[in-house]
Amino acid sequence: MNPREPLSQVVAGMAQSPLLHLGVTLVAFMLALWINKRARGTPFLHPVLLAILMLIGFLLLTGIDYATYFAGAQFIHFLLGPAIVALAVPLFDHSARIRREFVPLMLACLAGILTAVGSTFLLVRWLGGGEATLASLLPKSVTSPIAMGIAEQIGGFPALAAGLVLVTGAIGCALGPLVFRLLNIKDHAVQGFALGLAAHGFGTAHSFTISNLAGAFAGLSMGVTGLLSAFLIPLLMRLFS
Amino acid sequence: MNLLAGFALLLLCQLLGEALVRLSGLPVPGPVLGMALLLIWLLTRGQVSASLRGASEGLLRYLPLLFVPAGVGLINHALLLRQDFWVILVTLVVSTLLTLVVTLVTLQGLRRWMGKSDESA
Repeated sequence: MNPREPLSQVVAGMAQSPLLHLGVTLVAFMLALWINKRARGTPFLHPVLLAILMLIGFLLLTGIDYATYFAGAQFIHFLLGPAIVALAVPLFDHSARIRREFVPLMLACLAGILTAVGSTFLLVRWLGGGEATLASLLPKSVTSPIAMGIAEQIGGFPALAAGLVLVTGAIGCALGPLVFRLLNIKDHAVQGFALGLAAHGFGTAHSFTISNLAGAFAGLSMGVTGLLSAFLIPLLMRLFS
Repeated sequence: MNLLAGFALLLLCQLLGEALVRLSGLPVPGPVLGMALLLIWLLTRGQVSASLRGASEGLLRYLPLLFVPAGVGLINHALLLRQDFWVILVTLVVSTLLTLVVTLVTLQGLRRWMGKSDESA
């Protein structure tokens, strides 16, 4: 038999355990889904944002630091890589339509990126934000792994950029349905494309809840926006500052 | 249905993507290049195996959950967030709104315009 441990020691040990943080993340997300459903799917209570807030609250209450939490939650985070690769499947399913509309899609993508970067630049300057804030905000519409690289290159904080990318994603998902109604846009492909551009992976995940078609076009615009931005943003930064 | 083969293919594509990023020095994440590789493979093959489809759909169904652990990392930037809170919030909301509108209007406009020129041709 193993030696018995006192309860306090067991509790302290479990607070460090990846099992707790993995489990807590899953439970928080399920709870967030349930609350969102109760609120009739309002995008202002987006499940991802709710889950993040609940987990931040949990860490603040228990005094567990983020590194300890992430040691457990990284198993979920790891799946993000293969999930991005998996986007090739819906893209392949809709490749005929993408090929047919290639030119308008790419031009819309370019217009969207220039708007995202240009308006961020002007707004931060106009509102008096600092340089580090600007550099962390510029890649906000870009999928987080690329955004972190861009932020680092132009003098922002990579981790902050990643966080702001997520907040942008939630805001995009909240605003999307309102804008679709206002502009009377019913085509799922167009809806998905705009969400993937403005709100990257977050918008892509949201688009898959609209339809598979919306998800495929969101994945496309997320990928192209990421690739183009990685070259464009550092270049624009050099031109304007 | 054997999902393992599909999942292994996803991991292999990501691995190749990561390797290519290191070899080329491109400022692009490995998974995005992996996605491009898988797409090229699917286009040359012309079909998606049941295994790959199962693994992909399983992952994509839970895509929102996968963003949660990184998002909790915002907790480490409380200070800067508080300092520039309003600048950041206003910028995020207004710029995201503008981006959505410009993208939608451009895409919808171009499709209509090109659709019409196709019909007249």
